[in-house]
Amino acid sequence: MIELAGIHKSFGSNHVLRGVDLKVKKGESVVVIGGSGSGKSVILKHIIGLLKPDSGKVFIDSTDLSGLDEDGLSNIRKKFGMLFQSAALFDSMRVWENVGFGLLRHSEMSNDEVREAASQKLRLVGLAGVEDLMPSELSGGMRKRVGLARAIAMEPEILLYDEPTTGLDPIMADVIDVLIVEMRERLNVTSIAITHDMKSAYKIADRIAMLYNGVIISEGTPDEIKNTADPVVRQFIEGNAEGPITLERI
Amino acid sequence: MFIKFAEMIGRAVKGPLEEVGRLMLLLFSVLRLSLKRPYDVRIVMKQMVEIGINSLPVVLITAVFTGMVLALQSYTGFKRFGAEGLVGSVVALSMTRELGPVLCALIVTGRAGAAMAAELGTMRVTEQIDALETLATNPVKYLVVPRFLSGLIMLPALVIVTDIIGIMGGYFVTVTLLGTSSTSYMNATWDFLEAEDIYNGLIKAAFFGAAFALISCYRGFYTTGGAEGVGKATIGAVVLSSMTILISDYFLSAWLF
Repeated sequence: MIELAGIHKSFGSNHVLRGVDLKVKKGESVVVIGGSGSGKSVILKHIIGLLKPDSGKVFIDSTDLSGLDEDGLSNIRKKFGMLFQSAALFDSMRVWENVGFGLLRHSEMSNDEVREAASQKLRLVGLAGVEDLMPSELSGGMRKRVGLARAIAMEPEILLYDEPTTGLDPIMADVIDVLIVEMRERLNVTSIAITHDMKSAYKIADRIAMLYNGVIISEGTPDEIKNTADPVVRQFIEGNAEGPITLERI
Repeated sequence: MFIKFAEMIGRAVKGPLEEVGRLMLLLFSVLRLSLKRPYDVRIVMKQMVEIGINSLPVVLITAVFTGMVLALQSYTGFKRFGAEGLVGSVVALSMTRELGPVLCALIVTGRAGAAMAAELGTMRVTEQIDALETLATNPVKYLVVPRFLSGLIMLPALVIVTDIIGIMGGYFVTVTLLGTSSTSYMNATWDFLEAEDIYNGLIKAAFFGAAFALISCYRGFYTTGGAEGVGKATIGAVVLSSMTILISDYFLSAWLF
């Protein structure tokens, strides 16, 4: 369903991705782990076509993204919902306009209908009565949930999560994890998350892949990853300062 | 020696050339996307209010005082050779041909151009522009096109107001304060003023409006580097827009008049 084949990407002299291969099946939940600055976000941005690979290809439902024009890419993106790290809510719009943005732009629904649809998605993420607030009036956890409501508003087939629990307190982080699992069960979406929060990764993943030095060095179920013998993965999941990963690498 | 010198020139020229290239690419996609459906009329209207209506107070103050000081200075100077009767002509011609478009464009750049760069820059660094793309919305069409069209339309509109208010300011100083007769001031205003002066001033205004909006959006849209980057984008937008307005003013004047 989603396939990355040999993705290379450099920013200036910084060769971030050095041949990333990753396949995600329909309905699967894959978590990519890796240190800060290892290029995890870059992977997500390639999947949704925000960045173009220097070499390699991205396939969504066997459509090659590099062969698409602007309109084609725009149509593919309607299959996606993305939750950004800091939610990326439009700060000039009310909460319901944020959640209903896609519907306002791409459907024939009236404002009242969009508002009602937005309320329904907000209830799904456990928020009520916030429709008319501005994003600046929300707490971090609420922003993330509004961002999630916006991501699912167009009923996407694929959900992308950029560090969904970063910056949240442990309880709110777990609330978001539970929501991610729920979204998958209820809406039957394929999901790809990137994180360095191992608790979150174990909770939401069917499969975990570790990105290190610009390539996926290890892949497996949460149990396989927990019991891996790979010293690099061991160091990362246990969070040790000592080990094969040195600071300049992450 | 020669190669080193050539390299130096190359390095110095490469940055600006790249920038001009990217600016032109943005201009082409703005022009192409403004013709493409759906037309975001409501967003354009909102920007027109922001650029046009909300700039009115500063533009009015600029216009009235420019007209006033222009009348005062030319009266003082012209009196020395007995040509006080021509003050009205000087004010009218200067306002419509030159000061109306240029001052108005500079003031609006300082206000609306800075706001555009800061807003788009913040949207870039907080990933709101990426979010637009993930919601299958072209950010150039959604953000840049409405601002570009509003600049193009509203600056000439503001310049019409500036011209009228400036001439009224000149009238106030010459007639009310300095005691010249109302008829002679108005005659001097109309005698030498031609429709072409006004039209050409408005053509300049449309060019300045398009230029400041495009440059400010460009700087905001390609912001990198967090809060500091937004600050730099805003400075860059105002400086580059103002320079473009002042330099192109000379060439447009040479070509139009």
